[in-house]
Amino acid sequence: MSILINKDTKVICQGFTGAQGTFHSEQAIDYGTQMVGGVSPGKGGTEHLGLPVFNTVREAVEQTGAEASVIYVPAPFCKDAILEAADAGIQLIVCITEGIPTIDMLYAKEYVDRKGVRMIGPNCPGVITPDESKIGIMPGHIHKKGRVGIVSRSGTLTYEAVKQTTDFGYGQSTCVGIGGDPIPGSNFIDILALLQDDPETEAIVMIGEIGGTAEEEAAAFIKDNVTKPVVAYIAGVTAPPGKRMGHAGAIISGGKGTADDKFAALEDAGVKTVRSLAEIGDALKAVTGW
Amino acid sequence: MNLHEYQGKHLFAKYGLPVSQGVACDTPKEAVEAVSEIGGDSWVVKAQVHAGGRGKAGGVKVVKSKEEIREFAEQWLGQRLVTYQTDANGQPVSKILVEALTDIDQELYLGAVVDRGSRRIVFMASTEGGVEIEKVAEETPEKILKAEIDPLVGAQPYQGRELAFKLGLEGKQIGQFAKIFVGLAKLFEDCDLALVEINPLVITKQGDLLCLDAKVGVDSNALYRQKKIHEMHDPSQEDSREAEAAKWELNYVALDGNIGCMVNGAGLAMGTMDIIKLSGGQPANFLDVGGGATKERVSEAFKIILSDDNVQAVLVNIFGGIVRCDMIAEGIIGAVKEVGVKVPVVVRLEGNNAEKGTQVLADSGLNIIAATSLSDAAQQVVKAAGGKS
Repeated sequence: MSILINKDTKVICQGFTGAQGTFHSEQAIDYGTQMVGGVSPGKGGTEHLGLPVFNTVREAVEQTGAEASVIYVPAPFCKDAILEAADAGIQLIVCITEGIPTIDMLYAKEYVDRKGVRMIGPNCPGVITPDESKIGIMPGHIHKKGRVGIVSRSGTLTYEAVKQTTDFGYGQSTCVGIGGDPIPGSNFIDILALLQDDPETEAIVMIGEIGGTAEEEAAAFIKDNVTKPVVAYIAGVTAPPGKRMGHAGAIISGGKGTADDKFAALEDAGVKTVRSLAEIGDALKAVTGW
Repeated sequence: MNLHEYQGKHLFAKYGLPVSQGVACDTPKEAVEAVSEIGGDSWVVKAQVHAGGRGKAGGVKVVKSKEEIREFAEQWLGQRLVTYQTDANGQPVSKILVEALTDIDQELYLGAVVDRGSRRIVFMASTEGGVEIEKVAEETPEKILKAEIDPLVGAQPYQGRELAFKLGLEGKQIGQFAKIFVGLAKLFEDCDLALVEINPLVITKQGDLLCLDAKVGVDSNALYRQKKIHEMHDPSQEDSREAEAAKWELNYVALDGNIGCMVNGAGLAMGTMDIIKLSGGQPANFLDVGGGATKERVSEAFKIILSDDNVQAVLVNIFGGIVRCDMIAEGIIGAVKEVGVKVPVVVRLEGNNAEKGTQVLADSGLNIIAATSLSDAAQQVVKAAGGKS
């Protein structure tokens, strides 16, 4: 078991023949992901990376039985791509693209919810179940199959946590990058609920950052629903208010969303927090007794 | 991206929101001439900067003569206005807005943001206008009324009327408020706003609603489809290094410390700043070179970091997921050679081609300290910068 994806998950790529789509699809195929094709409007009927190319997601789903789609199309076209995937019967949309206008995501999120489709991202590294399936841009080789579930708002910070859990020999069940945008397809709570129910996941690492109240809401959820040990790190203790730290979501506004607020809420929920991101592995060791 | 008050009011007017007649002026002469266009015998002159708290800082004044207007314009144009929202250097004033004076009966607040929790555009209205709305929200949250906009149907007049009645408005004000509400919601969506505030939205002595200020923030991700708004961008209101970084698609934020940081990924960049502080140092900046960093961009990033005179050491922290560490290493070497780096540089490379990158740096013959881990990197750079600052 794992969450969201496994070795049998059939995946297509939207924006398949573009530079990003090509590069990361190749990597995914090498990793063992069940890539079954891709979509590039106007290039249907051709072949790319040894896989069929379709004009529409609907065709791709009908002919390959794809359940998941990874989106690499440029930001201006992402809303359309997300809606197309949701409409075509895709059950899991992973949107890697960054820079999607927030208003577009307001609509897209509303639509995927209505369709009962799960979405990860945008502006995220994607999802990986080590040794089974990699949907996204994370470097596969740093992962190791194992027992820690990781959920994070940041890409490279996820890699740090992955590396530490690999170095400590614990490995990962599934790692989910939910992305750094204000309106993510899935939030911490969505993923925490899945990790809590996943028998393969024995402990959870949660990586948040300043801005918004997603971590505070996650803390409340953990308090009531999560029985597995959780280690959390929040980036941005040093970030000044009013300055956007790269991610569209990472801004302290109106005194809300500071790292200290988030640490306090998580500690109150019984989560083991670390102030230095280099201490995630040590903290896991401490809370699990491994 | 933020707009000036006069630009925001221009947008308001286009969406049918009531604003005072006003003229944005570049020179004292224009400011004086503006009154003949506006008419009347009393005016308000307002320095145009991207910051609140202008009134208390002397950047807003009621004037009764052309002489007073000239004095105000001469005092502020070309100067910097320091308010509680700016840093100690303040913001440059290059335009003065001259407006007809309004007789105010009551000050209200109306604003809208994208609320992450509800994933809706949420309007906030309050009878406590003209003051810091954050304080109102904190001390008397019951005084802030809210209305959520359903993305499927958009803002409806009844929602505006509901707010208007709750605000205690009466008669013609109800219809006026509903019109402002619906217009503002349309503006928000049409123009990809991230934030809009009318503080204060006033009731005049004649009993009419009027937007006396305009604070407008635009979603930077949407500027590609907001060409006219993008043209309103005033780079003089931003840190010059931040503006230079933006040209190279680098995310840079200047801070007060002495340790320059170059990191890939926004989260890791923040995490790196935090670990520097935890190790007793102070970061001089946030800088995310991004996933698609090229050699040129790394080189430019280095130049921007070093253009800050406070920087006494630099920490490069790269976790190569997509980016190759050897490519980053070449970028660093290129920049160090071109700019002539005099401060110590600590480099920690991890992930994709990390060993190759470290080797490239070692072979370069440059004074670069290789760190073995993130904690090690932080300690090394704090030491190199002269210990605790």
